Amino acid sequence: MSVTTRYTDTPPAPDEDQVSPIARKISDIVLARPLSPGWLAALALALALTLVFAVAIVYLIATGIGIWGNNVPVVWAFDITNYVWWIAIGMAGTFISAALLLTRQVWRTSINRFAEAMTVFAVIIAGLFPILHLGRPWFFYWLAPYPNIMSLWPQWRSPLVWDFWAILSYLILSILFWYMGLIPDLAVLRDRARRRAAQIIYGLLALGWRGEARHWQCYETAYRLLAGLAVPLVFSVHSEVALAFSAGNTPGWHSTIFPPFFIAAALFSGFAMALTIAVPLRSVFGLKAYITDQHLDNIAKVTLACGLVVAYSYLVEIFNAFYSADHYDIYTTLNRLQGPYAWVYWSMLLCNVAVPQALWFGRVRRNAAALLIISIIINLGMWLERFMLIVTSLHRDFLPSSWDMFYPTVWDWAILAGSLGFFGLLMLLFVRALPAISMFEMRKLEAEREEGKP
Amino acid sequence: MNDYGLMAEFGEAGALLRAARRARAEGYRQIEAYTPFPVEGLAEIVGGRRNRIPLFALAGGLLGGAGGYLLQWYTAVIDYPINSGGRPLHSWPAFIPTTFELTVLGAALAAFFGMLVLNGLPRFYHPVFNAPRFDLSRDRFFLCVRAEDDRFEPAATRIFLETLGPVDIVEVAH
Repeated sequence: MSVTTRYTDTPPAPDEDQVSPIARKISDIVLARPLSPGWLAALALALALTLVFAVAIVYLIATGIGIWGNNVPVVWAFDITNYVWWIAIGMAGTFISAALLLTRQVWRTSINRFAEAMTVFAVIIAGLFPILHLGRPWFFYWLAPYPNIMSLWPQWRSPLVWDFWAILSYLILSILFWYMGLIPDLAVLRDRARRRAAQIIYGLLALGWRGEARHWQCYETAYRLLAGLAVPLVFSVHSEVALAFSAGNTPGWHSTIFPPFFIAAALFSGFAMALTIAVPLRSVFGLKAYITDQHLDNIAKVTLACGLVVAYSYLVEIFNAFYSADHYDIYTTLNRLQGPYAWVYWSMLLCNVAVPQALWFGRVRRNAAALLIISIIINLGMWLERFMLIVTSLHRDFLPSSWDMFYPTVWDWAILAGSLGFFGLLMLLFVRALPAISMFEMRKLEAEREEGKP
Repeated sequence: MNDYGLMAEFGEAGALLRAARRARAEGYRQIEAYTPFPVEGLAEIVGGRRNRIPLFALAGGLLGGAGGYLLQWYTAVIDYPINSGGRPLHSWPAFIPTTFELTVLGAALAAFFGMLVLNGLPRFYHPVFNAPRFDLSRDRFFLCVRAEDDRFEPAATRIFLETLGPVDIVEVAH
């Protein structure tokens, strides 16, 4: 090998050829790629829906929850359905990232970054719904313990207060985990950026990261610790969402199976959402070399496994209702199967139990278009499941004189559609502003692969 | 001595590992290695010891958990007791979920900020950024011998670094 010696005062040679192909490919999506008409069209749609979301929220706060279809037996409807649906989507990202890191599943590296972004955005949106459904949302901070002139403290024995702490902790930890993974990649963006504004912004965000060996050592220790802390937190957050239901004595909610059932359901919908995002992401931005068919196949397998646990939970719920011999439990179950909302129940079974069985077939798991369709069907089914669980338990309660139906208003739909648009907006901005795939982990993986070669 | 050190550039991680080991054997102690992704075993060679981040996380977790529990106990038992059907005020099982969340939150915050503190980040200016080819997007690996090392001699150290087969050697100015 020839040794060349140069001094700092000679101009650096253009050494674009030494830039890691992975770093170039992924950082160019952020720094160099022109805005495509498709992305702009999607952004326009997402912005329009975000505007709908904003208008619906402002109108809600100005008027009150009477603008929704909620009524006296059905006090929870779209609001809490949306909340549980979004927070469930927010479970899989951190789970994918943390649990697969701890179990040394190298295929995680391609999908963890956007899955974490999905988590953070979904949890932010989920957190809005319990606040919005309060009636007087501007008092939501009463949930926090702070010395106040009313001499009041939160009721710590309530699952709703547990939920507050669970969401708060989970949101903070998810943001830390996501940001920490981003730091070395932000440093790459800083070094690749040619425009002054980009250099300053990414430079500030990278915190001066310079990749010193001892820094990496501390970094990896802290990153694994965060992963180890995130996994039990994922389980606790969704268990506490479930406890908010099962601690009440409402038939159809008052069941010990709820926490594990909710966790399986959360992972099911979260992995489905990861597929819904991964398929367009990799085809639009040409990332098929990194998010391969094998990755989609693996996500599909996990989705199928979670779906089977969910299907089992549906069976156990019915069995438990009859086994309890409780008049009200049996009635609620029969009402779900053949009452006015039976179409929701059977559509849910179609979406969540029947359709995912296609994932048993390798040919389906390796067909990206089929996976996209199935994952959207699962997302829909999981939304129907939460709607079914919430509304069918409430609309015919203990007192037949107060039985009623729930009909969504235009504002219910506006908030649901608006939240989807807002999520889309955040994801669209994310893929163009931050590296959608972890560059340093992909480069490490590639270096280890090359070393492994004889 | 106004210089920060001499920095040798290598084309692959294995070469940097060998070079760092050689520099260590040569008696250099103030050496730093820069890589675009973590390289196993490198920190130990350049003098990294077991870090205290797990200890920080433990302390943060204990603080979060104990603080959370004490807050619940104080507010529910002492400051704002509500007799709900004669149930005990100090209903500890109901305090566990919040305590758990705060334990995890405390540990996570301590691990993250502990990492930043131990690494001296954020630090936006650092002499190695002056090196013209120092760029984390390139597959290049750097070994920097600090000028403050007792064995550092500009000429001799440069000759030594050249024997390690680098792609390039640069002086890093402050």
